Amino acid sequence: MSAGTTLPPGVVRDPGFPTQSENYLTNSKGVLSWIFTLDHKRIGVMYLVGVSLSFLLGGLLALALRWHLVDPDGALFSNAIYNQVFTLHGAIMVFLFIIPSIPAALGNFLVPVMLGAKDVAFPRLNLSSFYLWIFGAIFFVLALCGSGLDTGWTFYTPYSTTTDTSVIMATLGAFILGFSSIFTGLNFIVTINTMRPPGMTWFRMPLFLWATYATSIIQVLATPVLGITLLLLIAERTMQIGIFNPEFNGDPVTYQHFFWFYSHPAVYIMILPAFGIISEIISVHSHKHIFGYRFIAYSSIAIALLGFLVWGHHMFTAGMSDMTTIIFSALTFTVSIPSAIKVFNWLATMYKGSISLTTPMCYAISFIFLFTIGGLTGLHLGTLATDQHLHDTYFVVAHFHYVMVGGTLVAFLGGLFHWWPKMFGRMYNEAGGRVSAFLVFLGFNLTFLPQFVLGSRGMPRRYATYDPEFAFLHTMSTHGATLLGVGLLVALIVLLMSLINGRRAVANPWGGATLEWNCTSPPPFYNFERAPVVGDPYDFHDIEWDAENERYVTIEPERKLAPETKPVDTPAHAGGQN
Amino acid sequence: MSTIEAKPAGNDPESAHHQSDAHGDHDHDHPSFLAHHFDTPEQQYDSGKLGIWIFLVTEVLFFSGMFCAYAIFRMLRPEVFEGCSQFLNTKLGAINTGVLLFSSLTMAWAVRCSQTEEYKKLTGMLAATLSCAMIFLGVKAIEYSHKFHMGLMPAGFFSYDPAHPHIEGGPNYLMWLCLPFALFLIGIVVWLAVAFFQGDKFKIAVLKPLTVVALCFFVGVGLGTVLESGSDEGHAGVHDEDGVGEHSDDLASASYLPDEATAGRTEFGVIERLAGDATNSGLKGELDALAAQSEIASGTAVLNDDADVDSTIHAAPRDFLTPSRAGVFFSIYYCMTGVHAIHILAGIGVLIWLLVRSVRNEFNRQYFGPVDYVGLYWHLVDLIWIYLFPLLYLIR
Repeated sequence: MSAGTTLPPGVVRDPGFPTQSENYLTNSKGVLSWIFTLDHKRIGVMYLVGVSLSFLLGGLLALALRWHLVDPDGALFSNAIYNQVFTLHGAIMVFLFIIPSIPAALGNFLVPVMLGAKDVAFPRLNLSSFYLWIFGAIFFVLALCGSGLDTGWTFYTPYSTTTDTSVIMATLGAFILGFSSIFTGLNFIVTINTMRPPGMTWFRMPLFLWATYATSIIQVLATPVLGITLLLLIAERTMQIGIFNPEFNGDPVTYQHFFWFYSHPAVYIMILPAFGIISEIISVHSHKHIFGYRFIAYSSIAIALLGFLVWGHHMFTAGMSDMTTIIFSALTFTVSIPSAIKVFNWLATMYKGSISLTTPMCYAISFIFLFTIGGLTGLHLGTLATDQHLHDTYFVVAHFHYVMVGGTLVAFLGGLFHWWPKMFGRMYNEAGGRVSAFLVFLGFNLTFLPQFVLGSRGMPRRYATYDPEFAFLHTMSTHGATLLGVGLLVALIVLLMSLINGRRAVANPWGGATLEWNCTSPPPFYNFERAPVVGDPYDFHDIEWDAENERYVTIEPERKLAPETKPVDTPAHAGGQN
Repeated sequence: MSTIEAKPAGNDPESAHHQSDAHGDHDHDHPSFLAHHFDTPEQQYDSGKLGIWIFLVTEVLFFSGMFCAYAIFRMLRPEVFEGCSQFLNTKLGAINTGVLLFSSLTMAWAVRCSQTEEYKKLTGMLAATLSCAMIFLGVKAIEYSHKFHMGLMPAGFFSYDPAHPHIEGGPNYLMWLCLPFALFLIGIVVWLAVAFFQGDKFKIAVLKPLTVVALCFFVGVGLGTVLESGSDEGHAGVHDEDGVGEHSDDLASASYLPDEATAGRTEFGVIERLAGDATNSGLKGELDALAAQSEIASGTAVLNDDADVDSTIHAAPRDFLTPSRAGVFFSIYYCMTGVHAIHILAGIGVLIWLLVRSVRNEFNRQYFGPVDYVGLYWHLVDLIWIYLFPLLYLIR
């Protein structure tokens, strides 16, 4: 049966398995039942399929780029095609994959379940934001099939107003995707604000919800500015409005300000949900209460707010005044404080914990390594003097890949392995999962560590050809990318194989205490019949391993019902008292 | 007031039961308007309210990009903004402001009516709000078509010629702007006639107010035409009475000079353009003052050298300066008012949806959320216009 059913006191509590008619995957059948579904879990699964396909496309483009760079003169493409390939790689990865990956795919599935709610606050809006995502993706694919796109994912003017490639198509796509993102964020803010179950105060929320909340704030506040920027860019191309185009007295640096006002906070849209996932995984797989709960929660909000003040560090060489650059540089350093708080708290959580080295935990540990490197190299770029040297080199490329791939992607995979049993009701092969985590870690470092060296030696980014002295490092990077691809392929195969021959997942395979582990795997279509009892989301003392059934169960303490006599059924005025 | 009794929803177990059966849902006491995932009407209302407020925040930020662009370019070229805003017809802007303010009143009243369950009045208030929105768009169509006609376009298409402000020929912009609304009107009327013959009371009740709404667009067009044509005559008057013609040679020459030479004199060019088109009577004094000033101060060789002036006029294309300078003002003008007009259109869409629902008597004291949310949206659209009007029309 479903969660919330109270079994007799003193007995272990476990929701068991869902029936076919309860399971959200099977309770209604046919393509239409998926296309028009309002169930947040199904929408989450559709997002998962969508972002995975985008990731596949973007990843193949990345591999093509790397193999092109095996040869100093470029092995595969002409220079013009190279420009289009790296632009589409960036645009697809940013707009179609990373931004919706964790919030829209995992977040959609998890937010209501973690809240013990039946659905998000606006299920129709939720479905419409998925379809907006689809439309945006279609526009991107049309841009790809049309005349391509070679502006870089940032669409900087004046080049974007003069190039012949399909800028309008791609910016329209990004504009629509922006609305998809806004609606998702809006939905989550309202859901978390108004639909928490009784007893779940703000500081009893799982940290994933805090991270999602912070992310949603950024999505709601920053994305509209991108929307209007892209709209003005489209108007600039179609009507020459002269706001960004210097040919008509416009100002390209204004475009950069507008663009980064969104796109820097967007970096935190990408990484904050990853922080949330890591907080969950570290605590659950260390079987220890999260260390510094409030600090982690507040630091998410602090990052979200500070993230709005640092956009200028993308433009240190664009000709801002000295004072402006100094202020932006100083503000940039402040962001490292909440980020470091998180890392230290995760390490403190693991300290003296009882760590199970499961696949999600392997990914989480690899995240801590990679994100730390990515974060610390950010300081070099935030420093004005070193940025002059490193700006627009491979150092920048390596830095943001460490944060976005080493951070977000690895956390996304960790989260996927963590919640996969919950989402699809199947256990995967642990050994295979760990191998994939190891290969991803190895391949990733082999790809991007050399790029730090390349960048500091002066290899500029976005070049289709390079000086032969860089050939060794480039080749190393290319082989690393291939290894990374193999690692990701292994992860995909492990997950898909679990659907075919995986063991049936129990409700609580890891020993988590948050609400999603209180309902069956996979959850019933209504999640919870009534809102469940809410305790500390990281209190593991009453969760015990049930070796016989290979599952974790919640042990309910003995409870005495008082009064012990059963009250009479009929009221007093009807003569029921005596 | 209404013919259909409104059920005190939530307290009627039978109807609630019926609904949840139809929903194929579980059996607790959910009134029909309460979505299955909410526990109480209050929770549903609060969620919707928070949702719409957050949406309004995104709207404000969406417009903030354009307000920033306005601020930046106004800071860079204050004289262009001051001069170009004279092309905007303050009277029409003021009327539109009044119309929108009144529509906010009727909208707020509609929210109240939905709470007190006065259905006839609710429908009437929604129709009044819609009519005001249509009048607004009608006036806007006149403003736009007039400017298109004069070539006052975004920077890329700017083709305004002070000597010939009214370009002959060219497409009939007004007709094209009115066409969709005319089709809308015809569609509504035809549908109403069909409904009338079928005797479909519900459709008639919806389409009657919508006919008035659709007609109101043309009321707006008419209003705009009267005021705009009045001001056209005014232009002619200015030309003759004020004797600007005498000075126009001097003034004109200033505006045709290349950029560098007129760096300090751009106001002259602007005012000269005003001489052709401004409707503001305050201009007269300004012109006189400038004419006097030019007599005293413009005794420079460049200005008084006839040959030099002629050669400049012929050598330089007439719109050499204007597209890159004035064009930016009109770009911002069209972007801001255009996006605002799109919001008005969206508002019209949701208001029609509300109108249909109000004829069905779907709202009651426990369930008036949608009217409230649309009301908030409508007030925001109104508020944005309240900022646009002084920023674009009034600050000179």
